[in-house]
Amino acid sequence: MNHWIIFPILLPALLAPILVMAARHDIVLARVFSMAGTLLSLALAIGLMHTAATGTVLTYQLGNWPAPFGIVLVLDRLAALMLLLTAALAVAVLLFAIDGHDRQGRHFHALFQFQLMGINGAFLTGDFFNLFVFFEVLLIASYGLMVHGGGAARIKAGVQYVVINLMGSTLFLIAVAMIYSVTGTLNMADLALRVPAVAPADQALLHTGALLLLLVFALKAALVPVHFWLPGTYAHASAPVAALFAIMTKVGAYCIIRLYILAFGASAGESAWLAAPWLLPAALVTLALGMVGVLAARRLGQLASFAVIGSMGTLLTAIALFTPQALAAALYYLLHSTLAGAALFLIADLIARRRPGAADALSVGPRFAQIGLLAPLFFVAAIAMTGMPPLSGFIGKLLILDAARAHDAAVWIWALVLTTSLLAIIGFGRAGSTLFWKSMGEPGSFPSRGGRQPLAYVATGLILAGPVALTLFAGPISRYLDATAAQIFAPEGYIATVLSPRPNLTAGDAE
Amino acid sequence: MEWLVASAVGIMTAAGVYLVLRGRTFAVVLGLSLLTYATNVFLFASGRLAVNMPPVISKLASGYTDPLPQALVLTAIVISFGMTAVIVVLALRSYLESGSDHVDGIPETIEHENFESVPDAGETRR
Repeated sequence: MNHWIIFPILLPALLAPILVMAARHDIVLARVFSMAGTLLSLALAIGLMHTAATGTVLTYQLGNWPAPFGIVLVLDRLAALMLLLTAALAVAVLLFAIDGHDRQGRHFHALFQFQLMGINGAFLTGDFFNLFVFFEVLLIASYGLMVHGGGAARIKAGVQYVVINLMGSTLFLIAVAMIYSVTGTLNMADLALRVPAVAPADQALLHTGALLLLLVFALKAALVPVHFWLPGTYAHASAPVAALFAIMTKVGAYCIIRLYILAFGASAGESAWLAAPWLLPAALVTLALGMVGVLAARRLGQLASFAVIGSMGTLLTAIALFTPQALAAALYYLLHSTLAGAALFLIADLIARRRPGAADALSVGPRFAQIGLLAPLFFVAAIAMTGMPPLSGFIGKLLILDAARAHDAAVWIWALVLTTSLLAIIGFGRAGSTLFWKSMGEPGSFPSRGGRQPLAYVATGLILAGPVALTLFAGPISRYLDATAAQIFAPEGYIATVLSPRPNLTAGDAE
Repeated sequence: MEWLVASAVGIMTAAGVYLVLRGRTFAVVLGLSLLTYATNVFLFASGRLAVNMPPVISKLASGYTDPLPQALVLTAIVISFGMTAVIVVLALRSYLESGSDHVDGIPETIEHENFESVPDAGETRR
């Protein structure tokens, strides 16, 4: 077995207790450990991506129990891609947090590592009860991170966030119980084999369970009608936390891709493409609602939150088409929208800190410190988020529109994606001109206080380099994504590897 | 037996959903606890109901019950216990910081519309 697969989970899991026990009084030590661990995770993710890029599916049987009896971790192209995205985002976000945010409350670094453990685990697991456990790990860590820094408004938003997610966890368990009671398995690959064979009398129970599970993933992915928690949570969380949470909505999207193509896909008989008729309308409404929210936002943090909702709508629209071409486009947009959304939250915080009193409210005020540096940063992030050329948002939307051409609902998809892009451009244009252009002419200035935060700028720049790199290397990246989509839509290899008793046998393992 | 378990799950879920929709955090926490109890029983029932059957291999056993849901329920109980502790602490902190135990944090207006019989917010704050 290839033992490297478990390290993205093991490394943060070991590091976090060390941070709590040994480094809780020394912030410098905690920063060094946390940064070193996150960089190591990035190196691991690159290594695993290199392995997965060859197209082999690697599995890791915990305790050497063969699937479906034991728990397995599975690494394929999609999982490796998500691991790399998480690790890259985490490095930049941690760099931003080191510039002061991690001092605002206790145990930031430990919670951050637990969060990474949960996210990595959710991407790697091949078993959906284990998926529940990793969801809980990432949620418990996110509850702590959400209220990091304290304050009445933040804790109020935190309570609502926790209640919503506890309801989600309850539904998750009910859905798991329903699916298990009909199919008798918790392994996703095994489920894919058993779904077509489910007795007609049990179909209704299976479908109810599967759609309840879709509702849970939709809750994570902030899909209408269960999107309402996101603006309150993201706008009230501290900036690095909100930026890290940008990957959390993608965990929901990832689970939809994984489960509803593998187990409820083309070969599922009566249950084929179970999610499609529900997902597409919901995604289109999400898209419209998110971008209208961008127009209505009164603070930059809110604007970024609604832009994230809108981008999730675009992403899930592409996923809901359930074709390899659309999935490749969706994955490209997923990479892009995670980075662009995270960058917006960081920029909103940089601006808010330089406008004491006004914070990130979209109102004309006097000039603030470093306005000349923040304006171009916001400009780049806004271009990326709204999907204007030349950055990757444009390429992503183009790929999605191209993939939607043959679909029955193509008219709706084209009309909504294009109209909402216009709404987003107006919203972002108005926000930018209010904050920067009009403020340039105002007399006086905000008192500049605090440091210049060089690390925070480096972190924001690093994240914004993502969309630029996605644009420059769009060719090789989309070749990888095409291969990923092809692998997802041909799940036979995945199922065979996971269920073979001695998968990935190498010379060292054979006695 | 089936009727008993099913109605217990149903009643607990209904009560839980009702309580979660209340305005104050205490009721919401109680509702979440009831919901997790209901879920645990439901999860347990997904392995079929069996009386006097061991889940582990035994020479005396005439049959077995599915051990997997029992393991799942154990995990779910531990997780929901931890989560309840988290939400209680958060709710308490929220009450201490904002001076109201309402989930939405607008005590006065909600107070007059829906909660005539409860003591007013000024009194509970003391």
